[in-house]
Amino acid sequence: MGMKLIVLVVIVLAVIAVAQLMRVYELSSKLRGHKEEDVDLKTNNTNAGLMLVFMVVFFGSLFYMLYKYGNGMLPEAASEHGQDIDWLFNINWVIVFAVFFLCNTLLFWFAYKYSYHPERKAHYFPHDNRLELLWTVVPAAVMAVVIVLGLMTWNKITGAPSDDAVVVELYAKQFDWTARYSGDDNKLGYADYKLVNGENPLGVITADMIEARLVEIDQIIADNQLKLDAFNSDSGQVIVNTANEYKLQHEIEKMGRIKIRIIKMQESFSDSVYVLAEDDYTSKGLFLIVNQEYQFVFRSKDVIHSAYFPHFRAQMNCVPGMRTTLKMKPIYTTQEMKEKTGNPKFEYILMCNKICGASHSNMYMPVRVGTAEEFEIWKNDPNVTAKVIGGVEEEPIVETEPVDSFETDIELR
Amino acid sequence: MAATAAHGHHHKESFITKYIFSQDHKMIGKQFLVTAIIMAVVAVILSVLFRIQLGWPGESSSTLNFFLGDTWAPDGILDRGMYLGLVTIHGTIMVFFVLTGGLSGTFSNLLIPLQCGARDMASGLLNMISYWLFFISSCLMLYSLFVETGPAGGGWTVYPPLSIYEQATPSSGTGMTLWLLSMTIFVASSLLGSLNYIVTILNLRTKGMKMTRLPLTIWAFFVTAVLGVLSFPVLVSAVVLMLMDRTLGTSFYVNDVIEGTEILEASGGSPILFEHLFWFLGHPEVYIVLLPALGLTSEIVSTNSRKPIFGYRAMIGSILAIGFLSFIVWGHHMFLTGMNPFLGGVFVFTTLLIAIPSAVKVFNYITTLWKGNIKYTPAMLFSVGLVSSFITGGITGIILADSALDIPVHDTYFVVAHFHVVMGLSAIFGMFAGVYHWFPRMYGRMMNTKLGIVHFWITLVTAYGVFFPMHFVGIGGAPRRYYDYSVYETFDSNQFEMMMDLNVIISIFAIIGALAQAIFIFNFFYSASRGQIAPQNPWKGNTLEWTAPVEHIHGNWPGEVPTVHRWPYDYSKPGMDEDYCPQNVPLKEGEEEH
Repeated sequence: MGMKLIVLVVIVLAVIAVAQLMRVYELSSKLRGHKEEDVDLKTNNTNAGLMLVFMVVFFGSLFYMLYKYGNGMLPEAASEHGQDIDWLFNINWVIVFAVFFLCNTLLFWFAYKYSYHPERKAHYFPHDNRLELLWTVVPAAVMAVVIVLGLMTWNKITGAPSDDAVVVELYAKQFDWTARYSGDDNKLGYADYKLVNGENPLGVITADMIEARLVEIDQIIADNQLKLDAFNSDSGQVIVNTANEYKLQHEIEKMGRIKIRIIKMQESFSDSVYVLAEDDYTSKGLFLIVNQEYQFVFRSKDVIHSAYFPHFRAQMNCVPGMRTTLKMKPIYTTQEMKEKTGNPKFEYILMCNKICGASHSNMYMPVRVGTAEEFEIWKNDPNVTAKVIGGVEEEPIVETEPVDSFETDIELR
Repeated sequence: MAATAAHGHHHKESFITKYIFSQDHKMIGKQFLVTAIIMAVVAVILSVLFRIQLGWPGESSSTLNFFLGDTWAPDGILDRGMYLGLVTIHGTIMVFFVLTGGLSGTFSNLLIPLQCGARDMASGLLNMISYWLFFISSCLMLYSLFVETGPAGGGWTVYPPLSIYEQATPSSGTGMTLWLLSMTIFVASSLLGSLNYIVTILNLRTKGMKMTRLPLTIWAFFVTAVLGVLSFPVLVSAVVLMLMDRTLGTSFYVNDVIEGTEILEASGGSPILFEHLFWFLGHPEVYIVLLPALGLTSEIVSTNSRKPIFGYRAMIGSILAIGFLSFIVWGHHMFLTGMNPFLGGVFVFTTLLIAIPSAVKVFNYITTLWKGNIKYTPAMLFSVGLVSSFITGGITGIILADSALDIPVHDTYFVVAHFHVVMGLSAIFGMFAGVYHWFPRMYGRMMNTKLGIVHFWITLVTAYGVFFPMHFVGIGGAPRRYYDYSVYETFDSNQFEMMMDLNVIISIFAIIGALAQAIFIFNFFYSASRGQIAPQNPWKGNTLEWTAPVEHIHGNWPGEVPTVHRWPYDYSKPGMDEDYCPQNVPLKEGEEEH
């Protein structure tokens, strides 16, 4: 507190001191007949010159950064569509840089060249239809090219995946990711948020999981009922007790309604649905086969997340209560990228890129790209914690836990 | 603001009706400005605090501890939740309270009656209510910084479900409630103001003031007000629905979620609905912020170049075009939400169209400078700065509007750089320009020019120093709203090194730039009380506000309101003795109107 007070006092005294100095300055300039609204010629010229100096420094620092950081970009795109994006980026950079240099140069050059001179009179030039047409039509034409190229690439990226795309689900929650591979049938089992519990973190639907969840809900209801009964015999602290009673009562009713919804869901499913989940397996790491197309399906448990693969130029939001998809084909293995970047520690990564709470910046998943053989070894390795993808020791990375039977509420194409 | 010693009133007023519950547009404009300056100081301090964290992550900082105390920065290390709170409130204050309330509120109020030739706003009472609602919402927003669970921390876009449930993040408790209440009141203030501006411009122009003789400032304020009236109510609906989701158990924005360990019943809504509603305001809001700045600087560039603004009608046309287009581009914020890709394509098309009127504006500005006779007042310097930042920030919009290119840079620092340069810098430069230019009109005194010049150069250099390297950080793959980038350290150390280098540079510039604003604040308050007394028309301008007496009086002009005979840009017109000719001077015999 004492510190803050001293700082405050110092600031106040400094302001007063500066104000007094200003007063002296004002009085002396008044004596000289100086008027604030008249900028003298020398100051005016200095400012005009500084415009030019600023331009040089501005452009110079841009070139320096380009020199130092290359184009500042991530390493070469490691996915097929990422290569298209980089190509489009390069074309757009040409336009962006051309406009940037042209307009800024004209601006600062004119700002320098036409600074005030008492002898000169400004050129009265209110409009010129030809000029105005020129700088309407030229930008329009350039934009037409940008739009056409952009939409062609966009349509290609967002088009339907091919039939041999491997389906993988990425499940986001505060603050980690889980991957679910669809297994041999290439179909993900259905899932529902009502089934999520410790045993079944992704809420995958199977006959057993539904039964287990129903038993669990009954247990929760019974436990709460017990607590509620205990309250009833209590005395004293009437208000607190009433509030807690109300809360428990509400919880019991809510779980009852959820139970009914689960039973209704159960009635609509048959074994043909449950079987889809049988070959699914989950992992805390993501292993992709090089040159294999993937169709990712995203779900979120709690809030909006965004799956961001910077090195693949891929990104898609994960929206709770909704499914989003993304297709992608990695074209370089992790090993190849290590060589390309000259960085032996290079690894791919999946990050969260939509604000999702305090630990947002810690929400990521290691990604590795390898050959089909390497994938088989990875997949079948029963030693779950041994598979540390990405070299982060403290992550208990790969848990390959084959789940018996699963199922989803939407058929995946 | 009590500094304006005003004499010669038509009738006596008490202190309260004159300075506090004033219905005079000039006083209300000043109230908006001073409130906005206070809010801006807070927002800048918040940004310095999170810049300290980003530049030197994990290092103990006594500054953080000084401002945030042991609760939020124990041992000088910033709390992760508070980091997001700082980012959120910085954004909210800057966008709404400084650049909407402060910019549009100040200058629309000050200039609309004066430049249109009106005695006051159409409704002085509504105008006063508008300010006081703004004041209340400002207080609520500031108060939210002090609640136990911290201020709203879901980003200024407050996407649900994060911002709905306390179980999702503690800051979505009281802090978020205050945020929503504050914004609702803010919108009410903005609506009352905007309706007033529209009515005044349409109905209270003086004799001879045709719409095609209005200064571009007024055109910009007019379109801004229309955008506000059409888009802010949508934000209110979005906010009210969210309040209902939070308190009444509705589920407009929620479907099948588990927050923390609690399974919720809310079902059938969609977070995407909120995004659509939010950005339906959010994108026009960008132009609500930007257009007044463009309007103010059009006037300043013309006056100080001693030349008519080039392409007056094209300038009006592009303001209208930008205004119209701003309503059909909101989806470009949502390319990656899982929205239908075809719809994304439509938004790519409409968004890139905005480049055309923007290009027209830039080239018209530049042509206005060409063969001018430029006087570098601080206002003019900031106007040139605005044109530069409008160019530099505008062109990166081409990348972000292109959905395919948006994929790798969406929500990264590239976006942060883009909108800070094109919207933040342009608008704040426009606001500074406006304050320096119209300060004599507001306070009857001159601001110190030398301090203004120093303020400009430091601000320009540090502003670019902060935001230009951010483009590199963003393209390098740094997501925004990250507490630190340690994630990259293990995976891609090349990128990590670049981010760390640049983040230090950015933070240093940010701190210098923030401190330099003290020059402005000192100049402002000092000059308001002790500056040199202003002449009636210090910049030799043509618009009507310079025909009114220096002392503020009710009704603006002592006698008749001047009649307008010409457009406002007759600078250096051939055949004139002076290099300017105010709007109330009748056309000479045989003189053509531009």
